[in-house]
Amino acid sequence: MTVDNDKTAGPEDTPPAGPEAIKAIPVRHYGRYVSAVIAIALLVSVIYAFSQGKINWGAIPDYFFDQRVIDGVLKTLLLTALSMVIGIGGGILLAVMRLSKNPVTSSIAWFYIWFFRGTPVLVQLVVWFNLGLVFTYINLGPIYKDYWSSFMTPLLTALLGLGLNEAAYMAEICRAGLLSVDEGQTEASQALGMSHSRTLRRIVIPQAMRVIVPPTGNEVINMLKTTSLVAVIQYSELFRVTQDIGQTSGAPVEMLFLAAAWYLLLTSVFSVGQYYLERYYARGSSRSLPPTPFQKIKANVLSLGSPRGGNA
Amino acid sequence: MTANVTKSDSATAMVKSEGVHKSFGPVEVLKGIDLEVKSGEVFCLIGPSGSGKSTFLRCINHLEKVTSGRLYVDGELVGYRQKGDKLYELKDSEVALKRRDIGMVFQRFNLFPHMTAVENIMEAPIQVKGAKKSDSRDRALELLERVGLSDKAKNYPSQLSGGQQQRVAIARALAMDPKLMLFDEPTSALDPELVGDVLDVMRDLAESGMTMVVVTHEMGFAREVGDSLVFMDGGVVVESGNPRDVLTDPQHERTKSFLSKVL
Repeated sequence: MTVDNDKTAGPEDTPPAGPEAIKAIPVRHYGRYVSAVIAIALLVSVIYAFSQGKINWGAIPDYFFDQRVIDGVLKTLLLTALSMVIGIGGGILLAVMRLSKNPVTSSIAWFYIWFFRGTPVLVQLVVWFNLGLVFTYINLGPIYKDYWSSFMTPLLTALLGLGLNEAAYMAEICRAGLLSVDEGQTEASQALGMSHSRTLRRIVIPQAMRVIVPPTGNEVINMLKTTSLVAVIQYSELFRVTQDIGQTSGAPVEMLFLAAAWYLLLTSVFSVGQYYLERYYARGSSRSLPPTPFQKIKANVLSLGSPRGGNA
Repeated sequence: MTANVTKSDSATAMVKSEGVHKSFGPVEVLKGIDLEVKSGEVFCLIGPSGSGKSTFLRCINHLEKVTSGRLYVDGELVGYRQKGDKLYELKDSEVALKRRDIGMVFQRFNLFPHMTAVENIMEAPIQVKGAKKSDSRDRALELLERVGLSDKAKNYPSQLSGGQQQRVAIARALAMDPKLMLFDEPTSALDPELVGDVLDVMRDLAESGMTMVVVTHEMGFAREVGDSLVFMDGGVVVESGNPRDVLTDPQHERTKSFLSKVL
């Protein structure tokens, strides 16, 4: 810093005789003041309304790290992770199937996407849960045989319902990503003698990721919230657990707020992770990578320290 | 001039085209191309846009399938295998194997944007030939030096100018040690100022004895470096011969009117 100060001290002694800066009276935006006042007033009245309600706010911190709640959070995370694994794996498979030249595989993929995107995920979940009414046994030949009801645990039902539904959405995202890569890239790598699969793996997919990652991050966040639907099929994830606690402890609304706070916390953490992932796949596409939040803070702090800013 | 004569004397055909036709649906782009590119020569294809010169070039490494006729590279049929009087389509892997020996440079460079210059050049030797990483890095740096870009090894394509990108693309093709290089209007997407650098690299390559088929609008390059020249229009070869003869004294009306516009 001392070196910096010495440097800045030099020009200050002899200020450069630049052109005179314009001094004008700025335009007044009265509408902005009015809209800001209205918005603040509305916000304050909403907060006031909630503070007047008979809500026992103290119950939220009491239960925030309750063992049952933590278990619920972990199960929600597990469900999100596994469903997304099924969704992404299935999505890539379906996208490749849809883009294949074989009319049979591409039609099957089309039909799958049509069906799973066209029906509500809640209905799908309940259907999976109740399939025991039509199948008494599950029989995979010599490998596995059991009663349907003991095979179809709530976790498996939830995974099938959420994962298979997600695969349909991920398929469209992956397809869009693969199609976004310039055809010249495929031609160039084939002209070099690379095979189809190697071209896909080394050249096309890494570039498609730039298009695939942002909507996939969206899907993860969506999935985290959609797991709350699983409460209807007796799987004790976060939402189900907080509802149960709410009923026994006599603070049902407070527990809903608690659940909301946890979901908000988790989605915020995911958003940060998504930022770094996007930054990784942006390499080569822009001339310089955007700074990480940490680098931004560091730059801001340093520029506050020196009066001229730019030096840091 | 003497060099040219000795070249063509000892040369055998690297590319041989017999009645090559190519249609895209109902549109016939190539209407019977007969020509021969000798080993070690620089073969220039000129003509108005839409005349089929780029399509023909892409047929040579089977990026486009020939509709009828026969096309040979180094004595072997492109894209097919002949057994008796039957033709068998080659498998993708067999086509890929043949493409290793044919380098191609595109009008729009088509460098891999997610890899640095040196990684672009190393990619194919490692992935296709199974070369060692350290060996191919050394070779890539050597090639970058040859095209005058040793200081740009770690730059991504987006950080390079068009001319620099095209020179990296040439180095990338050379890394596979091809016996034939195809250039598809390599300078058409460049600022006029940058064209010279790319042409210098190509001239260098020609002097080293590489067989080159060049689709170009650079008549100066064709005249100076070219050993043979073909003028194409409407999917047929209108006129061919020594570039200096064709460019200064064209015989056909169509060639005359084309050259009067571009020269």
